[in-house]
Amino acid sequence: MIRDITLGQYYPIGSPIHRLDPRTKLAGTLIFIIALFVAKGLWAYIIATIFLGAVIRVSKVPLSYMVRGLKSIVILLLFSVVFNIFFIRDGVVLVQIGFITITAGGLIQAAYMAVRLIYLIIGSTLMTLTTTPNDLTDGLEKSLGFMKKIHVPVHEIAMMMSIALRFIPILIEETDKIMKAQMARGADFESGNLIQKAKAMVPLLVPLFISAFRRASDLAMAMEARCYHGGDGRTKMKPLRYQKNDKIAYGILLFFLVLMILLRLVG
Amino acid sequence: MNKIIKIAKLIYEYTKYGEEGDVVGKTRAIDDVSLEIEKGDFVAILGHNGSGKSTLAKHLNAIFLPTEGTVWLGEMDTKDTDHIWDIRQRAGMVFQNPDNQIIANVVEEDVAFGPENLGVPSMEIWERVEKSLKAVGMTAYRRQSPNKLSGGQKQRVAIAGVVAMKPDCIIMDEPTAMLDPHGRAEVIETVEELNRTEGITVVLITHYMEEVIHANRVIVMDDGKLVMDGTPREIFSQVEKLKSYRLDVPQMTELAYELKKEGLPLRDGILTVQELVDELCQYV
Amino acid sequence: MSIRLEKIDYIYEPDTAFPVHATDHVSLTIHDGEFIGLIGHTGSGKSTLIQHLNGLIRPTSGKIYYNDKDIYGDGFSMKELRSKVGLVFQYPEHQLFESDILSDVCFGPKNLGLPKEEVERRAKHALALVGMDESFYGLSPFELSGGQKRRVAIAGVLAMEPEVLILDEPTAGLDPKGRDEILNQVKKLHEENQMTIILVSHSMEDVARFASRLIVMDHGKVQFDGTPTEVFRHYKELETMGLAAPQVTYLMHALKEKGWDVNLDAITVSQAKEEILRVIKKK
Repeated sequence: MIRDITLGQYYPIGSPIHRLDPRTKLAGTLIFIIALFVAKGLWAYIIATIFLGAVIRVSKVPLSYMVRGLKSIVILLLFSVVFNIFFIRDGVVLVQIGFITITAGGLIQAAYMAVRLIYLIIGSTLMTLTTTPNDLTDGLEKSLGFMKKIHVPVHEIAMMMSIALRFIPILIEETDKIMKAQMARGADFESGNLIQKAKAMVPLLVPLFISAFRRASDLAMAMEARCYHGGDGRTKMKPLRYQKNDKIAYGILLFFLVLMILLRLVG
Repeated sequence: MNKIIKIAKLIYEYTKYGEEGDVVGKTRAIDDVSLEIEKGDFVAILGHNGSGKSTLAKHLNAIFLPTEGTVWLGEMDTKDTDHIWDIRQRAGMVFQNPDNQIIANVVEEDVAFGPENLGVPSMEIWERVEKSLKAVGMTAYRRQSPNKLSGGQKQRVAIAGVVAMKPDCIIMDEPTAMLDPHGRAEVIETVEELNRTEGITVVLITHYMEEVIHANRVIVMDDGKLVMDGTPREIFSQVEKLKSYRLDVPQMTELAYELKKEGLPLRDGILTVQELVDELCQYV
Repeated sequence: MSIRLEKIDYIYEPDTAFPVHATDHVSLTIHDGEFIGLIGHTGSGKSTLIQHLNGLIRPTSGKIYYNDKDIYGDGFSMKELRSKVGLVFQYPEHQLFESDILSDVCFGPKNLGLPKEEVERRAKHALALVGMDESFYGLSPFELSGGQKRRVAIAGVLAMEPEVLILDEPTAGLDPKGRDEILNQVKKLHEENQMTIILVSHSMEDVARFASRLIVMDHGKVQFDGTPTEVFRHYKELETMGLAAPQVTYLMHALKEKGWDVNLDAITVSQAKEEILRVIKKK
């Protein structure tokens, strides 16, 4: 049953965003992040909000899924807000108790910073929610293809990522099995101090590593038997090709970015 | 006749190393084996673990290279490195562990893996995937994750992956050892069908006797040597000899053999329930 | 010794829209000294069931009693239960982790907190039970054949000196010789050491040969529970569950149809031989 878990957090429905080329979504996320850091002034943030809202709407993914992603950054968020409130001294002084000074400028900055971080997380969560890990791997391989010229093994890295995606659930299941087998021999993985706990992991980790190596060597042989010899001369069943929608998406993204830059220059 | 595989005086040795990398000894896994296999045959290779049967199989598509002797696939010598990818395309291989030979995260993409490596154009890959999945009866699962399939289904996907490379010959290295009876039947029926309808030569390595009944030739290996060679009926009529090689016989063969020892004049090499019933009824 | 299961229900993913009942209100009692064959196709719930017997899986609802004590009751020692009910998983050789065989087999008794001499005594005894003498003690598990590795792994459980030994498909992936070695050793443990055995198997021929009681599972429920002869009388129902009877059962029925007066209860080769010879002599 553990095998049923989906890695990443893909939300399996069909929407225009889901159907975009993964490269478009990768580039789009990057452009959105850049735009957030360019943003300055209330109008810029209003436009960013409208833009993000529209994309979420089109993606058909419930907002609650994106909010979940925020839980992991609550502390970071609080820290940066507090930092901004206390240390930026700009504009009218609102409160002054001892060495603590809170200014209107500080509050505004803190609010912008919080919004920026939240949008950044929502934006990248949206990408992983609408793109399968496989597509993401494919997209990265193709987008980063230019790095092959400087001897970065892009194809190999992508292949490793895709194989890891396949084997992680299998290894999780295996961990569960070995753990139970050792527990049946009286092993105790829970009690004891840190050192005892670490020692208790040996009977789990050694078999797990052995199994992982055996699988790796089996898989390498199976791949060679199916004529795998690296990325050279390889074709694809599903080559990435930009569609009409991707061109439209790029158009909207560029327009959005230019608008944000203009607002900054004007402001 | 059209020989697809020719093996001449094959010897394979591997060196055992000690803890400090010193040579401890040499083990001869295959000892002077000569063998020819006809195109379109269904050949089963039997033998206990360590008899050399898997090592022999891995010579057929150049995963292992002979220490001495020669293996030809069609006209190609497996030692000729120029032909290595042609050899592996023409002699596909299915392995024992269903989990450790599926590479992609989606069934259809895994089937496409071989043709992709061969540089087949995209449109043709789609056609081949379509046809191969249909041949093994897995079309309905094409968009699923392999992790959700049963063992027998995974092996069928692996077979489809080989079929998509358009091989002349499929070598199966104990493909059923890790499956339940249902999965075993599934896999054997699939290869039988491919052998019958597509004329693909099948070399099946196994230690389940029930699986070799439908082969047209059975080869028994022991201690790196080829010790028996014949039709299933010829092989299974030699119960004592098979037992001396630490192999089983199908339950009906065993029963017929026991009854014969008690003096019933039954013919040799009975394989199925029906055959034994007919034979007994004829006698009484 | 007895293990009693009362309405054991185990549900995978109870919070989802499609809860799966891996075991569905299973009630049964395992008595001292039995040799039980547990059969069912993959996914029938038999693996889940056996993990309940030594407390590795906690039932969603239902009670498990070991010697009439609730194993989830107050003051019950799970460690003691796991030492009394030994469970050998599928492909147990995958759990070996020590650099030599003796140390690996010592792992179980060491976890029980026994003194060093007792730990070693048990380990050596367990290795002897699976037919491995002193010459093996210092070897690495990697130097062994598949069948030998599996015997070491079984010894690792035997060293806990359990009263009940559960084996989940102990012969999977072995060749006929390795299979016979393991099964004969299990038989010896039952006969000479009075161990209660539960053998999970896909081979009807094997369970027909060794077990005195068969439990058939399908869809998480116990469908049949009786002697092998009784259970194999239902061979047609077994087929609808994706199982079968031994080939001998089919032969007996086919002969009966041809007018032979054979006893349909023969399920092994030797029983069939006796029956056929008996009928022939009469004719």
